[in-house]
Amino acid sequence: MKRGLIIGSFLSLVFMGLACISFLWVPYDIETLEIANKLKKPNFNHWLGTDHFGRDIFSMIMMGARTSIAVALLAVGIGVAIGVPLGLFSAARRGSFIDEIIMRGNDLIFAFPSLVIAILITAVFGASAVNAIVAIGIFNIPVFARLTRAAALPLWERDFVLSARVCGKSEARISIEHIFPNITNLMIVQGTIQFSLGILAEASLSYIGLGAQPPTASWGRMLADAQTLVSIAPHVALVPGLAILLMVLGLNLMGDGLRDLFDPRIKVERT
Amino acid sequence: MRNLVFTVTATAVALLGGIASAQTDITVAIQLEPPNLDPTGGAAQAIDSVLYSNVFEGLTRFEGDGAVVPGLAKSWDISSDGTVYTFNLNSGVMFHDGTSMDAEDVKFSLDRARSEDSTNAQKGLFSGITDVSVVNSRTVKVTLDQPNGSFLFNMAWGDAVIVAPESIENIASNPIGTGAFTFSDWVQGDRLELVRNDSYWGTAAVLESATFRFISDPTAAFAAVMAEDVDVFVGFPAPENLPQFEADARFQVLVGNTEGETILSTNNKMPPFDNLLVRKAVAHAIDRQAIIDGAMFGYGTPIGTHFAPHNPDYVDLLGNSSYDPAKAKALLVEAGFPDGFSTTLKLPPPSYARRGGEIIASQLRQVGINAEISNLEWSQWIEEVFKAKDFGLSIVSHTEPMDIGIYANPEYYFQYDNPVFQALMIELNATADPVGRSALLAKAQKIISEDYVNGYLFELAVATVAKAGVRGLWVNQPTAAVDLTVVSWAD
Repeated sequence: MKRGLIIGSFLSLVFMGLACISFLWVPYDIETLEIANKLKKPNFNHWLGTDHFGRDIFSMIMMGARTSIAVALLAVGIGVAIGVPLGLFSAARRGSFIDEIIMRGNDLIFAFPSLVIAILITAVFGASAVNAIVAIGIFNIPVFARLTRAAALPLWERDFVLSARVCGKSEARISIEHIFPNITNLMIVQGTIQFSLGILAEASLSYIGLGAQPPTASWGRMLADAQTLVSIAPHVALVPGLAILLMVLGLNLMGDGLRDLFDPRIKVERT
Repeated sequence: MRNLVFTVTATAVALLGGIASAQTDITVAIQLEPPNLDPTGGAAQAIDSVLYSNVFEGLTRFEGDGAVVPGLAKSWDISSDGTVYTFNLNSGVMFHDGTSMDAEDVKFSLDRARSEDSTNAQKGLFSGITDVSVVNSRTVKVTLDQPNGSFLFNMAWGDAVIVAPESIENIASNPIGTGAFTFSDWVQGDRLELVRNDSYWGTAAVLESATFRFISDPTAAFAAVMAEDVDVFVGFPAPENLPQFEADARFQVLVGNTEGETILSTNNKMPPFDNLLVRKAVAHAIDRQAIIDGAMFGYGTPIGTHFAPHNPDYVDLLGNSSYDPAKAKALLVEAGFPDGFSTTLKLPPPSYARRGGEIIASQLRQVGINAEISNLEWSQWIEEVFKAKDFGLSIVSHTEPMDIGIYANPEYYFQYDNPVFQALMIELNATADPVGRSALLAKAQKIISEDYVNGYLFELAVATVAKAGVRGLWVNQPTAAVDLTVVSWAD
């Protein structure tokens, strides 16, 4: 089980590393097109070849990693920032009318097919990276809200919460000081999974032209641009496709590994 | 039941064994589906692509090489002052609903197109007509306010086809014309079917039926042709795939001219593009060859003005806007934009626009102009760019033939308002003498080139990919049309 975590973390870190390095250095400027140099096979100068505009694909992957990670990370951020407080609040007021409203509201969002709504949002408000973040982020809210509430509910019955209450702490303080620290592991695992889904969603949106707009590099758009070129220059499609695959695979393996690591029950079973 | 029929047919074919007969139907794909089927009321090119010459005919018509030849009018006389055209109509011409086509129908069609409330997309074609009168059932007299050298050319347009008052009401969904094919069925979003008109007045078509399909996605287009789902693709959307078809013995690739001047449309009323120096700077910042190579994979001819290079009156003005980024930067400084500026670049779906847009944005960035790309669907583009004129730059191909006259309309979406040019167009319309017209057209091309109204990029090439056995297809596109009347299959 550990092996998955190591491989997953390694893959994820490679891409995150590439994204970080891209802020300081990329092999070639991707905003300068060299049409004469188009569709070159991978070679010593261009490690992964060039695309139909003569841009260096390795540089595009680095810049694209930055876009994907930024969009997915911010989208998860939206989910956590809104979903977790909502879940904590609901759990604190469990059974009340307001709890009911929050959770049914979440169910409502949850019931929509997320990508379709994301398409709707970006189609109405215009295609841009920011709108993609918002569209993907909205669907992360109910995921975190539900999870937080579900994890927090049993904690409210525990003795340490009772003693906190006896000390006169308010519901808000208990939520922040006692409930939240006990569910962070869960949040990290879920965050990793949502992060990989965010990468996929960003790729899907930009594939259909609703994500980050050119000249910002994006894996999904690289794939879309390469579509008609598959038969003449397969590497142009293969590289961004593999990048998406490896990044998502890495995050999923990492998420699974983290869950196993954090979940005490599994540990007990193994020993 | 269908299986039974199929089995019987298959057995019959097997029994006949070896007696090969040429195929009599054809499936043609084009990129866009027509929004309606009224060529006299809609602007969409796709309407003409499907119906021009096949279902509807005009007094004159275009041939594949762009020549204007007699259509429903078998001959005509022009008065000595050039203002009265007397058309002699072919006899025995019937509309597909069985009514006869006579001088009354011609009068009806022309009067309808030029009336106040006409929705004709090219009303300008008819603007010089002052009177249409019926001499007898086979003769019609058209009077113009002044001589018009391009009148017969105008009458060949898809917008000038002859329709009948009996069937005009439902023309948008059930087009009734005089052509060699009758409209049979239209399953919206899927296909449109035509069948041969066996009582056609002229030479009957060879094909018995034709099906149009609409495939705009380049990948789907490639797959459909490769899988032989379609026999012909007119206007194949992915130039990068053409070499593959050329190398494949199953297919033939025809690359021809269109009347499509692909331009970097510039909003002449929106600052800073209201400044000539800025437009000139943009023109010098653009490397046309890179756009042709990068977006069209080499298919296309550079243009320096809004005129088709294969037209004998074309003037080579490429020198006015040679690629020179240093000069572009200097011009921007002169115009008062030493640090450049930001603008919008709104792109419709075709790959010449989407890919061309990325290349142009990159070239403009080199001189300090930041063009923010937004990709629009056609309907959004029509709304935002063409109607609301809410854009800085756009890329579009103007596929109408001889459409330099659009620069005389200050309301047209790029909003070029030059009285000198407008007067020149009026003079041109009044000139019938070919030498005089050439001189005026040359002058007109120079004016818009030197005013840098738009960035002139390239003349769009049209690629037709067809199965090797198809004969008689148009190579060039003098007007948007898929003329199937002489198409046949080789045995």
